[in-house]
Amino acid sequence: MRIIIAYLVGIVFGVGISLSGMANPAKVINFFDFAGTWDPSLIFVMGGALVTTFIGYRFVLKRPMPVFDRKFLLPGSNAIDGKLLTGSAIFGVGWGIAGFCPGGALPALGTGRIEVILFTAALVAGIFAARALMHFRRPTAPTQA
Amino acid sequence: METEFTPIASTVGGVLIGTASVLLMLTLGRIMGATGILAGFFSPASRDDWLWRAAILAGMITGPVVYLALMGEMPAVQVPISTPMLLIGGFIVGVGVTYGSGCTSGHGVCGMARLSPRSIAATATFMVFTAVTVFVIRHVIGG
Repeated sequence: MRIIIAYLVGIVFGVGISLSGMANPAKVINFFDFAGTWDPSLIFVMGGALVTTFIGYRFVLKRPMPVFDRKFLLPGSNAIDGKLLTGSAIFGVGWGIAGFCPGGALPALGTGRIEVILFTAALVAGIFAARALMHFRRPTAPTQA
Repeated sequence: METEFTPIASTVGGVLIGTASVLLMLTLGRIMGATGILAGFFSPASRDDWLWRAAILAGMITGPVVYLALMGEMPAVQVPISTPMLLIGGFIVGVGVTYGSGCTSGHGVCGMARLSPRSIAATATFMVFTAVTVFVIRHVIGG
């Protein structure tokens, strides 16, 4: 049951990304190109997603537990530290270069386009490289949001 | 490369992204963050943990196929950059989201919707750096 639900949630997310334009690097880069070929569409993606999630979470998180699990797994840390801000800044640079973010690229794999496969391979390589570096510098298990 | 302004499709897409986030929290109690789901797929806590991650990734990849069935064409994927830059960008994104513990879906949607100060700070940071990077590439270097 959990697997079927996860698959269906993935489809809803994947169709949403496909419709929104987040799977299209040209559109993503244009959103950030205020001085050039600006396309404000992604404001509407962010707006639609945020309002829906904000309202939905109010109801869902009032429950004592999720339907198919024992507890809600929410990130516990509130620290705004150098690691968070540096990592986010690095992500921004990469997103600006490539035009794909992870949530845009993963569904886009379904189009079978070679560019998406190459980006995703590089993305996974980057994740492993960063983990190796973190492990090397501080041998405790890193946490993921 | 110009792209068409699509407020309606983008809003509907955003609502679906939000719906997926709410459904995942309701059913499995998880944050709908692409970074976290992908990272955990490669190092799951258990067999069960791997299975739901594999299923949701399979669902995401099915998304464009469902879109094709509904709309009669695959979603547009226009890549206005060279392959080396795409690979460099992908690698940098992977490093950044690992250090930053999340990306547009995890911090930008789920975290912001929880009004998490951490996610708001992360989202503001990557949006500014993305805009600056695009400006530099298009109008300083490429200008």
